[in-house]
Amino acid sequence: MKEGDLSVHLKTAVVGAAAALALVLSGCGKKDEAIKIGHAGPLTGPVAHLGKDNENGVRLALDEANAANIMLGGKKATFAMQSEDDQADPKQGPIVAQKLVDAKVAGVIGHLNSGTTIPASKIYHDAGIAQISPSATNVTYTHQGFKTAFRVMANDAQQGKVLGDYAVHKLGAKNIAIIDDRSAYGQGLADEFEKAAKAAGGQVVTREFTGTDKTDFNAILTSIKGKNPDLIFYGGMDSQSGPMMKQIKNLGIGAKFLTGDGGQTAEFLKLAGDAAEGAYASSPGVPLDKMPGGKAFAEKYKAKFNIEIQLYAPYAYDAANVLLEAMKKADSTDPAKYLPILAGISYQGVTGNVAFDENGDIKGGSISLYQAKGGKWEYLDTVGG
Amino acid sequence: MDIFLQQILNGLVLGSVYALVALGYTMVYGILGLINFAHGEVVMVGALVSLSVVELLLGTNLGLPAPLLGVVALVVAIGVCMALGFSIERIAYRPLRRAPRLAPLITAIGVSILLQTLAMLIWGRRYHTVPALIPPTPHAVAGATITNVQILIIVVSALIMAGLMGLVHFTRLGRAMRATAENPVVAGLMGVNINRIISATFVIGSALAAVAGVLVSSNYGVAHYYMGFVLGLKAFTAAVLGGIGNLPGAMVGGLLLGLIESLGAGYIGDLTGGFLGSHYQDVFAFLVLIMVLVFRPTGLLGERLSERA
Amino acid sequence: MSARWRELAHWLRHDRRARWLGLVLSGVALAVLPFVLDASVGRTWVRVIDLALLYTMLALGLNIVVGFAGLLDLGYIAFYAVGAYTYALLASPHFGLHLPWWVLLPAGAVLAAFFGVVLGAPTLRLRGDYLAIVTLGFGEIIRIFLNNLNAPINITNGPQGVNLIDPINIAGVSFGRTDSLLGISFPGTHLHYYLFLVLAVLVMFVCIRLEDSRLGRAWVAIREDEIAALAMGINTRNVKLLAFAMGATFGGVAGGLFSSLQGFVSPESFVVWESITVLCMVVLGGMGHVAGVVLGALMLATLPELLRHTAAPMQQQLFGKVILDPESLRMLLFGLALILVMLLRPAGLWPSPTRRRELTSAGAPGAV
Repeated sequence: MKEGDLSVHLKTAVVGAAAALALVLSGCGKKDEAIKIGHAGPLTGPVAHLGKDNENGVRLALDEANAANIMLGGKKATFAMQSEDDQADPKQGPIVAQKLVDAKVAGVIGHLNSGTTIPASKIYHDAGIAQISPSATNVTYTHQGFKTAFRVMANDAQQGKVLGDYAVHKLGAKNIAIIDDRSAYGQGLADEFEKAAKAAGGQVVTREFTGTDKTDFNAILTSIKGKNPDLIFYGGMDSQSGPMMKQIKNLGIGAKFLTGDGGQTAEFLKLAGDAAEGAYASSPGVPLDKMPGGKAFAEKYKAKFNIEIQLYAPYAYDAANVLLEAMKKADSTDPAKYLPILAGISYQGVTGNVAFDENGDIKGGSISLYQAKGGKWEYLDTVGG
Repeated sequence: MDIFLQQILNGLVLGSVYALVALGYTMVYGILGLINFAHGEVVMVGALVSLSVVELLLGTNLGLPAPLLGVVALVVAIGVCMALGFSIERIAYRPLRRAPRLAPLITAIGVSILLQTLAMLIWGRRYHTVPALIPPTPHAVAGATITNVQILIIVVSALIMAGLMGLVHFTRLGRAMRATAENPVVAGLMGVNINRIISATFVIGSALAAVAGVLVSSNYGVAHYYMGFVLGLKAFTAAVLGGIGNLPGAMVGGLLLGLIESLGAGYIGDLTGGFLGSHYQDVFAFLVLIMVLVFRPTGLLGERLSERA
Repeated sequence: MSARWRELAHWLRHDRRARWLGLVLSGVALAVLPFVLDASVGRTWVRVIDLALLYTMLALGLNIVVGFAGLLDLGYIAFYAVGAYTYALLASPHFGLHLPWWVLLPAGAVLAAFFGVVLGAPTLRLRGDYLAIVTLGFGEIIRIFLNNLNAPINITNGPQGVNLIDPINIAGVSFGRTDSLLGISFPGTHLHYYLFLVLAVLVMFVCIRLEDSRLGRAWVAIREDEIAALAMGINTRNVKLLAFAMGATFGGVAGGLFSSLQGFVSPESFVVWESITVLCMVVLGGMGHVAGVVLGALMLATLPELLRHTAAPMQQQLFGKVILDPESLRMLLFGLALILVMLLRPAGLWPSPTRRRELTSAGAPGAV
């Protein structure tokens, strides 16, 4: 009686599950004639606006390429983008990468952050297709010996070096306190900064640590106050550096404040409020209006998508275009043919000249410095590039 | 020396918040023997609701003075949280009063996740800036600094704790609560409406949580959907440290934990010669919890709970 | 008609030949599954199934602690982390060591078991609620140490994680590349699938045997009434420690396998949310029932991918935009599932008959 019922229910469940699976499977499996270019980034979640921004940049590049009637291998090339959501989650990165590889994309622009780019790069490398990241800055990405990994933005080593130099030579800091948020990005940047600052002759009086979910820094800041530094460097994101600025001012710490691209945002200015005044921050690349093709690109972008550029779209645009350029030069979408060309290419993009060194890092990557003044980021200088 | 004093002050401010939230945990545990995992989320809801009210009022440009805005927002937040606490108890905990211990614990985790997700959907994932209704002007105190808001936190927490003690010891409701905590069956026989008392406990705890949420978000100027989880954990640790089920214990535990964390994070690097640093600051709270539970499970001020198998 | 189904079910259950047939058919189906998925929906799903099998092992391990012994462990993922890092640190360029899998997987298991005992020992006298918080604390402590042990001596490489981990290599066949056997090409995902499948079945088998053993019955005794168990002469301390140790062992093995599959581990993969996910699998599937737990694990592990495939496009079609992104939807469903299961069907979706009776009948004695 009861046992039999269970069996029957089990059978219905199995049938139901099979039907559901069939429904799901029917949704998958598309056919396409166009050349697929993959994009991977967070399309949902806290940094979805940045992921979407990159996706838009790639879309713009591909649409323009389609309108330009390019011929590849004797046929007219139509490009289609396959965009996948990795949610900025390191576990999702490889899954999404596998999806793109399965879909037989010719190349990938992605991912957004280093945490997903690095594990995914192994999959692209195994499949032999090119991966160009518009925004991942962790050094490890291009130091794995993969000939398929490229990036169009200066990495954390370059950024840390510029910041360390700048802190000692331009900001005149002799005693420096360093805080990082114990994330892969924050700690990586802080370590590079420390190396560069020491090499430039600065003294690191202390290293303190916090976390990506913390809002109270009073304890570590008080400890730092006791060591009397000229400058505090923070490696981490604006969600921490914003409130941190407030607490620094409240505690009466007079040291200068310097942070990396994680803090060079509008969010930082909002969260820190008045306390933001005088803070310094860096960002890889140059501000939009200083880019050779910046203004024109911004107009095109606004016209097509009806929103402002968030952050890395020009880089995504250039990444997609340099990939297409390599394919054009090789007259083929076969990675075996275009990869060597990509490695040695020199392409004039909207962000500047795109050329890669032997690791896949961009040659002459530049870093720009800004200072918060009157509720806005004021451009100070560009180093390198 | 002034650095030391500053760390003490930091610890007291932090600890006052822990104490406020710990009171909620300890009251519920004293009566139901249940850790209300969702309590931290109620703090978060209080903070975000008050933020929304303030933003709404500022947007309408009525020209109301800032402190009045703050009070209105606080009242609304308390109201919402009280309703939330009441609902949680009714929907998720009351049906499980007779179930084995594991069940309400798991439900509590479920409620916590649910609240976090709803907050994420309503307010988004980003960190919201909380407008400073009270200008956080720092005051110098013997070489250390403390802001208006921080003083407010310490004072308000102390007042609330005193008020709660008064409620529990000098009113009928308080007597009923103490009776229910001692022995619910007999209290029922004595004419106490157990269900009402339990609901009242949750409601009062949630009101406290709302106040804590408003204070915390005002102090740091930031509020976001995940702010309740770790705060809740730490506050629970504080409650255990002081003696779960024990109101003065929660207060003492809260202040003590705040001081331990502040002094710990501030001095661990120097004390261990750089081997351990402030990146282990979270570990302190957990270590305190484990050590208290292993060596003195009744907490510092003793436990007020009858032994249950 | 219902009678005929019942006859069929009866035959299937009790006829020896029928059971063998069923077993063989299932075996064949499972063996060709990766190729079927490859051909129909893509290799991504094979990868998803690989991860789902790992979660199954985790859920089975946690089931020993939570389901069999009734000890609510909210820090279980720490054992997964221990196993994963043991493998990662000793089979990668990090230390320059490249020990083979048949050393590392058992080493990870033993180390995880050790940590299981270490974490379990202080909790022996604690009741359910305290136990939960303390285990959560332990889980976080382990993650924090993994995240920070990169200075002054670099042990774990901190938040950067460990990269370029050697894949498992059995009899010269590396699981990282595509190999050909008898003319069929087996990519890495498929090889991992077979290994995971074999190990998952092994773990299931061990759990089922444990359930019926003296130890298993001792666990049930502690879960139901510890004082009575003590009175019956059961050494509750050792039995509890064994529960932690055995659960941790399975976690450790799964961790090592995870390292091999992903090639990269970082502390980010071992947060509290993961512990809660595994707990969800055990609770939803059927606490204490091996088959139920496996069902729960497979369902919840494939859920995110399914949601991504269905929820987003469906919302796009119905509403023109995505209101609930798959990640939020997943969290929402998890929270609701935990609450609803406990309220309506506390024994889980597929409970063992005894457990269902226990959890749905009224009244633990002396309750409020």
